[in-house]
Amino acid sequence: MNPHRRSPFILIATILVYFFLYAPIFVLVIYSFNSSRANVQFDGFISSYGDLQIVNGDVTQSPCGPFHWFCELSKNREVINAAKNTLTIAFTATIISTIVGTMAALALQRYDFKLKAFSQVSLYIPIVIPEIVMGIGILTLFSQLFSLLNNWLNLAGDARMTMGLFTVILSHIAFMIPFVTLVVQARLQGFDKSYEEAAMDLGANEWTTFQRVTFPMILPGVLSGALLAFTLSLDDFVITFFTNGPGSTTLPIYVYGLLRRIITPQVNALSTVWISIVFIAVLLLQWIQSREK
Amino acid sequence: MGSKYAVELRNVVKQFITPEGGEIAAVDHVTMQIRNGEFFSMLGSSGCGKTTSLRMIAGFEWPTEGEVYIDGEPQGHKPPFLRPVNTVFQSYALFQHMTVQENVAFGLEMERVEKAEIERRVGEALEMVKLSGMQRRRPKQLSGGQQQRVALARALVKRPKVLLLDEPLGALDLKLRKEMQLELKSLQQEVGITFIYVTHDQEEALTMSDRIAVMSHGKVLQIGPSVEIYERPTSRFVADFIGESNFLDGRVKSVKGDQAIVNVPAWGEELTGIVTSKVRAGDEVAVSIRPEKIRLAEKQGIKENSLQGVVVNSTYIGSDTHVYLDVRGQRIKVWEQNRISTLDPRAYYRNGQKVWVMLLPENTLVLPKD
Repeated sequence: MNPHRRSPFILIATILVYFFLYAPIFVLVIYSFNSSRANVQFDGFISSYGDLQIVNGDVTQSPCGPFHWFCELSKNREVINAAKNTLTIAFTATIISTIVGTMAALALQRYDFKLKAFSQVSLYIPIVIPEIVMGIGILTLFSQLFSLLNNWLNLAGDARMTMGLFTVILSHIAFMIPFVTLVVQARLQGFDKSYEEAAMDLGANEWTTFQRVTFPMILPGVLSGALLAFTLSLDDFVITFFTNGPGSTTLPIYVYGLLRRIITPQVNALSTVWISIVFIAVLLLQWIQSREK
Repeated sequence: MGSKYAVELRNVVKQFITPEGGEIAAVDHVTMQIRNGEFFSMLGSSGCGKTTSLRMIAGFEWPTEGEVYIDGEPQGHKPPFLRPVNTVFQSYALFQHMTVQENVAFGLEMERVEKAEIERRVGEALEMVKLSGMQRRRPKQLSGGQQQRVALARALVKRPKVLLLDEPLGALDLKLRKEMQLELKSLQQEVGITFIYVTHDQEEALTMSDRIAVMSHGKVLQIGPSVEIYERPTSRFVADFIGESNFLDGRVKSVKGDQAIVNVPAWGEELTGIVTSKVRAGDEVAVSIRPEKIRLAEKQGIKENSLQGVVVNSTYIGSDTHVYLDVRGQRIKVWEQNRISTLDPRAYYRNGQKVWVMLLPENTLVLPKD
């Protein structure tokens, strides 16, 4: 018997894994074209274009045809705002945490200093600690700090410091740094210091060496660290939930709020857009990485 | 020319802190002068301090004590990018994200050389190492030997005062290594730049160098031309490290000029040999005779240093026959050149055959024991 013959079990397992991974996403996308206004049952697609027609709670005709819920979504100012907030937070926090996290990784890699072991271990704590604990911690910190400052500076009314975009960004940066550092550190593990020595030997000072040699060589690690941080920020719910304030609602927070009231296929349409963006981003990244080689 | 020495190390010490917190001297009071335009090798086994010495010249390490001079100027704590030397690394350290052209041009860009000039000099450098037409390749698309040449071109294009080479041929296979040895040597004569070459391969050092420094445990044991290192080692360690040798323990009976008479208790005989370093009557010494310098004969030829032995083993290896003898209880190895082309077994030594072993005084060395 051929020992390399594939067992049918592998095929079954593969199908099951793919099914459980992708079936929910597939259903979710299908439902975003649902004619039913309630998102619990599928009443078929909206097939015709024209003035809005609703029969027995089902949308039978819409100016946008099957894309009815996407049109509705685009008119929803709250969603647009939430999307803007989410992206602002994710971009800002990613850029800052990537810079700080990379610097930390480089420092841990090449220098010996007091409390180095402690610094290394302290990176893992935010990762292993339950998010909710961290969320409550940050909330307590900010609210205490703000009430102290507000009292001390005699701030009142609109001038009072409160939770908002700024606090969300700050806490996102805080929890993203360890992820970036660990990813970059893994990349630095095999980094031969003779590349840097060669650059300096050829006349490059420390800064030029970093710019022209070190950074380009660790760039793939930095990028994957940044990407990880970015996705963590995009879909973060718990920490954002504790640190947001008026005007800083993000998409996950908004969707959660929506679900508590009424589930409309708008939520699905939103998710479909979301998934498409992520999917394109991943494809793009794969393409860039394959070109690199 | 600022100084007659390209590089000078004066009483240089380099101490490292061990993980246990102790201190260890990787380089221990090393002094050496490397002349302008010479091919100088530092030879020794790993951990002898040769690479650390090289790194201190390059500026990757700073001496704990002593001073490194380049072209007569003390280097102090100057960083590598301010020193007029360039290095060829053991791992080549070619920038993987750059093409061959970009790699070689890097050093000139750092000097802010004009674009057209860079283009011209990079072309020249690549031609010199026979890599014209490879400009647009990436290091990963090149063979080991080609990568080695790029590393060489990248360092030489800067026209350094001194080129430092850290076991640059270590990663190549034997045949390519031999080729590159000769090429490196002729390249060095062509460009006239001082080469400082670090290696653990004695044959490589002997083949290429004008002078060799033999190092062990952070110290320089002997500096001299290849011939001197091989023919007149000043210590048992050097005689043992470079090439092969037979050693016999003895005690000096008398010294006269550069010759000494040594009493060898194992044989109950007195041997005459050349003295290469300070040895006085009564000293415990090692008598060293190279295997290719021992003569074998059926009949006794000379009286002095002549003994009878029995062939224990004889191995034909093509150009030579390696004969292992028992001479009054001592194992002696002799390399006999096969000067005559014959299949006649009588032309070769047979096991059990009795022979006369002649140790000529001019081929016998009296060395201090380490």
